[in-house]
Amino acid sequence: MNAPVMSATVTSSWPDHLVVLPIVLPIAAAGAMFLMDERRRTLKAAVSLVTVLVMLAVAILLLGRVGEAPEVYRLGNWAAPYGIVLVADRLSALMLALAGTLGLAALVFSFARWGQAGPRFHGLFLLLLMGVNGAFLTGDVFNLFVFFEVMLAASYGLVLHGSGETRIRAGLGYIAVNLVASLFFLVGVSLIYGTMGTLNMADLARRLASPPAEIALFEAGCAVLGIAFLIKCSAWPLGFWLPTTYSAASAPAAAILAILSKVGIYVVLRLSLLLFGAGSAQGFGQSWILATGLATIAFGTLGILAARELTRAAGYGVMISSGTVLAALGTGNQGALSGALYYLLGSTFAAAALFLLAEILQRGRDPADAAQPVFADEYSDPFDDADSTEIGRAIPAAVAIIGGGFLLCTLMLAGIPPLSGFVGKLAMFTGLASGAMTASAWGLIAALTLSSLFTLIPLVRLGIFSLWVPHDDPPPVLRAPEFAALAILLSACIALAVWGGPALSYAEATVRWLSQPHDYVRAVLDGAAAPGAGS
Amino acid sequence: MEIVLAAGIGVFAASGVWLMLRPRTFQVVLGLSLLSYAVNLFIFSMGRLTVGAPPVLGKGAEVVSVDDPVPQALVLTALVIGFALTALFLVVLLAARGVTGNDHVDGREPHHAEPTPENPHP
Repeated sequence: MNAPVMSATVTSSWPDHLVVLPIVLPIAAAGAMFLMDERRRTLKAAVSLVTVLVMLAVAILLLGRVGEAPEVYRLGNWAAPYGIVLVADRLSALMLALAGTLGLAALVFSFARWGQAGPRFHGLFLLLLMGVNGAFLTGDVFNLFVFFEVMLAASYGLVLHGSGETRIRAGLGYIAVNLVASLFFLVGVSLIYGTMGTLNMADLARRLASPPAEIALFEAGCAVLGIAFLIKCSAWPLGFWLPTTYSAASAPAAAILAILSKVGIYVVLRLSLLLFGAGSAQGFGQSWILATGLATIAFGTLGILAARELTRAAGYGVMISSGTVLAALGTGNQGALSGALYYLLGSTFAAAALFLLAEILQRGRDPADAAQPVFADEYSDPFDDADSTEIGRAIPAAVAIIGGGFLLCTLMLAGIPPLSGFVGKLAMFTGLASGAMTASAWGLIAALTLSSLFTLIPLVRLGIFSLWVPHDDPPPVLRAPEFAALAILLSACIALAVWGGPALSYAEATVRWLSQPHDYVRAVLDGAAAPGAGS
Repeated sequence: MEIVLAAGIGVFAASGVWLMLRPRTFQVVLGLSLLSYAVNLFIFSMGRLTVGAPPVLGKGAEVVSVDDPVPQALVLTALVIGFALTALFLVVLLAARGVTGNDHVDGREPHHAEPTPENPHP
């Protein structure tokens, strides 16, 4: 796109700026949040809700727009390898929609109780979403680091939200682990820059077409970078922090943190298919990713079997879903990968819904936990407020709704018909069976089948403990926002199953697009977006 | 120059890793800081080591060698982010100290304490 064309279409080209909205909007709203008085809760909640709704709408619009060709947004109109670009392709748009849906549900859930349990919840929440969206959109590795840090800094605040000893202790470990991961990230990025002389993802892929002089050092850099992302997606043996942190976090924070491990998955997917899909470093690290994925599934399965609390079980569910996508990526089978991508959406929704359900079920059994202030002068009691002591309107038949929701989550996470967890696993099996039946394919099929069974057993057991309570225990109270949040997540799960055909074919088209890195490179560097349009 | 820088990075990184594995939270913070110094020097050195070479050229400048400005920009960003996150970590450390009453990374002392009336066989 040259300059005269741009100036001629300035008035009519507003949809071209859609790509930058998922970043600009939340950071502007978050900035406004910090200026607003902490007591104007309704206003803050309304602004957050509108922001997240617009973000979700933009993500859905982008889903429709990037079907043919990716949208490349040049920040400051600097051409690609010199300036930073945002790239919205099929995968980015899909992940944006996932983040938007999850964000909406977590935000609505927080209206019931948690949004008032401490200061600056909405600001941190929006900053987290901004970092996540930026990480999905950016086409530059160092810019990715910056968005990662924004997202992590906000997540440190959210993990501590609500305070209490458990959260502070879990938060201490979480922050330490992620600071180390950031250092790995920096070492990897600088090694890649030192060997290749560029940090633009498309430019890296283009330069890899001919073998660089220091290919071993470049691959070492990528491996170090990979460690940072594998820590983020809690792959074994780098993910021991995840269940502890997620089960300590407050429910809406845990639900939105479920997207964080998916950011790690997204980057591993993006970089390994773009840089190692073809060219001189083809296939680098693939067997390691497969082995890590299988080990993560195994560890997550053992962990969920041993879990005695619902939140821990949900945390291990997040691990299993990460491991599944990693292992499917490691097999190098396109059918398996598209099944895994579809499975990723459903399992993320289900794990987030399980975090929310766990909070509703376990509420009142450990009331001391949420009442500990961080600083004595800040908030004496997080829930000590006139309008929060009013009991929310209890939805009739709350137990039936909670039980039904729990059942749906269990079916999704265990991958049992008729929901999308099963469809995703079936798609992976079909993809693997249509290729060469190697040992790795058999290994993945065995791991997925066993993890289904061993996810079902502990979830049923935990469900019996928490739902079949004696009559004299007070029944759980479900407030309207909590019901709405659960409804959003569970209907997303059901919609994925009902419209399984279109969703799966979208995932297949995404994987086809990702496995042709030349089109991505051409679109970013030459502006020739459509495949086959020439360079 | 290369050997001095390499040795410096090595010493920073080794001390940082050792301190980070220590049981007190303050040692962990110091270890993380030292490690981030090592990493920042490493990023800086990825632009190759030059002496007296300008990173930005003016018009008509006669220069024999130029320095790569990108790693310098990167290290600046990394420094700022690292500083902010270390400060945030310090706040959490203080909160943990206040809540748990000690500065052990696990939030409690390990189990070789003296016998107490409540716990006669530790």
